[in-house]
Amino acid sequence: MNDSDTPPATAQRRPWNDPKVRSLAFQIIAILAVGWAGWSLLQNTFENMESRGISTGFGFLDESAGFGIIMSLIPYDATMSYGRTFWVGLLNTLLVSAMGVVAATIIGFIVGIARLSSNWVVAKLALVFVETIRNIPLLLQIFFWYFAVLRNLPSTRQSVDVGGVFFLNNRGLYLPEPLTESGFGWVLASLAIAVALVVGIKRWARKRQLKTGQLFPTFRVSLAILIALPGLAFLITGTPLTWELAELKGFNFVGGITIIPELAALWFALSIYTASFIAEIVRSGILAVSKGQTEAAQALGLQPGTIMRLVVIPQAMRVIVPPLTSQYLNLVKNSSLATAIGYPDLVGVFMGTTLNQTGQAVEVVAITMAVYLTISLLISLLMNIYNRKVALQER
Amino acid sequence: MKKIISFAAAATLAGGMLAAGSASAATTLESVKERGNLKCGVTSGLPGFSQPDDKGNWTGIDVDTCRAIAAAIFGDGSKVEFTPLTAKERLTALQSGEIDVLSRNTTWTLTRDVSLGLNFTGTNYYDGQGFLVRKDIGVDDAKQLDGATVCIQAGTTTELNLADYFRSNDMSFKPIVFDTSEQTVQGFSSDRCDVLTSDRSQLAALRSKLDDPDSAVILPNIISKEPLGPVVRQGDDQWFNIVKWSLFTQINAEELGITQDNVDEMKKSENPEIQRLLGTSGDMGEKLGLSADYGYRIVEQVGNYGEMYDRNVGPDTPLGLERGLNALWTDGGIMYAPPVR
Repeated sequence: MNDSDTPPATAQRRPWNDPKVRSLAFQIIAILAVGWAGWSLLQNTFENMESRGISTGFGFLDESAGFGIIMSLIPYDATMSYGRTFWVGLLNTLLVSAMGVVAATIIGFIVGIARLSSNWVVAKLALVFVETIRNIPLLLQIFFWYFAVLRNLPSTRQSVDVGGVFFLNNRGLYLPEPLTESGFGWVLASLAIAVALVVGIKRWARKRQLKTGQLFPTFRVSLAILIALPGLAFLITGTPLTWELAELKGFNFVGGITIIPELAALWFALSIYTASFIAEIVRSGILAVSKGQTEAAQALGLQPGTIMRLVVIPQAMRVIVPPLTSQYLNLVKNSSLATAIGYPDLVGVFMGTTLNQTGQAVEVVAITMAVYLTISLLISLLMNIYNRKVALQER
Repeated sequence: MKKIISFAAAATLAGGMLAAGSASAATTLESVKERGNLKCGVTSGLPGFSQPDDKGNWTGIDVDTCRAIAAAIFGDGSKVEFTPLTAKERLTALQSGEIDVLSRNTTWTLTRDVSLGLNFTGTNYYDGQGFLVRKDIGVDDAKQLDGATVCIQAGTTTELNLADYFRSNDMSFKPIVFDTSEQTVQGFSSDRCDVLTSDRSQLAALRSKLDDPDSAVILPNIISKEPLGPVVRQGDDQWFNIVKWSLFTQINAEELGITQDNVDEMKKSENPEIQRLLGTSGDMGEKLGLSADYGYRIVEQVGNYGEMYDRNVGPDTPLGLERGLNALWTDGGIMYAPPVR
């Protein structure tokens, strides 16, 4: 009986007739073919470049760059290397991307919830916002913010002056720069303690609520701790912080922190554009939560705000997070449009000026692509971890 | 397993041949002749150098340089396909073979000549970097520009010269780098920057694009040498020679007094230099791989260097640039071409 059911011993079967061996063999062939194709492409490129007398290699990264960059988060001047220009560009890209992700998320959630508002005006305004913004090409929106809005600010001499502290003109927004003195470490330490305290209180409050059902005003207490503790330390150590104000010298304001209009325009455009997509994702996520959930919560006597925060949104997040990840990835990649308005991002600085001065297109483009790939994969990874956390816990 | 290995080996071989096949190619002259037109990279719009009019006809000194090459090859200066390129794209476009010759006010520098696999064939315009400022900021010398915001085009030698100049004079500046020269003008006219920097010929062209050209002045300072000229790929000496001698022919024609108007009369000239240049004697064209009358065709179709200059950027054009350095060596300039012999 058994003999007829089980296949004949493997010894009798030819390996090429064994489906397992076959599939393995074809997979190996496929991998070899892909690997070989990539390798030969690379080889061919380098051979051709060699024969045309184009220099190759990454040695150029150590050469002196010799050009200026308007905005840098790390110290930079023209005597530094091309490698340094890479970091300057990368940090500028990360800055505008991070600012964009935060702002787009906030605006997107507000608009998405507003779309579902029972208030007719609010809902229609949100609808108009979404339909207008998401149907206009991003590049045009960047130009709009840069050329139409920010360029209409007054010139340097006619700057908008807010109490001699903030200055706004068509060269940027000038803010006072905080300069820390000795003793500021205590303030930071007390801030860390405050944060730890808040986390503790939150846990305790949750436990108590689960046990007794009593609510604790966590938010208000936390806020008070977060302000009071570092504030106290700040006063005790003798206010170890001074502000350096921007000052008009010659052509421009010097000192302080400058937010250049290129950054502002790119940030507005990226945030608002992406927010219009996030709004739709949020709306669809909320609508995906069955109405029964809301009704049940209403029956329990919860406030509309509380229902949204504690019942609807947590369940909607499961639907929202995966498409939200795509939007974040889009935002990061779209930030490379910066080069259109002269914001010194990775593409503008490294793949622009550096590539042109060194002429090493293959290396520079490869590095730049690898960077965007890495950033995107990292965001995906983080969002997947978060997604696993909010996903339905099957018990 | 044997089968698998032999299959892999066969695939490797086939692919190897594919890759090897893509590496070889015909000479540039052959492929240009076969295609029937010359692919020439120019700017996306810079008055006097290369700019399309409302009917799509290109004009400018860089455009005429290309037309002269086409005239030398085909006997017809109109057989050119112009590819507008930004400063950033230009060198890659030439390296990758997208164009046959780059004639896009490109500065001849050591790095570009040596490490990019390119060859500069000569200089069709001697230029230098300068500054354009608004009159109302009250600056009359570049040394007063400390702390200024400067609009600049990406991918140019100007970016480096600017940083060098400010550093060596112990001054600071803020660069705003735009992709195209149109954008730098927009930035300048909307007061995003105090100064616009570029080659002085370009500044003259860009100034003419301002709403009120009289509101801005070009400072007297010249901070760099900018020899602008056509570029070809390395490794094709015949093509390099053709492009080089096309421009030399125009310069020699001016020196010998051959113009578009008198070129037919000049054909009867007894002067052996003129005869060699116009191909009525000698085999100069053959040596280059062109027809004997290539020189005649260039002058007949495009004119000599002086005509080309005056027509596009000279004193009677909106740019109004004096010959200066670009005058013939016999007239106090440095335009000089080796003899046709």
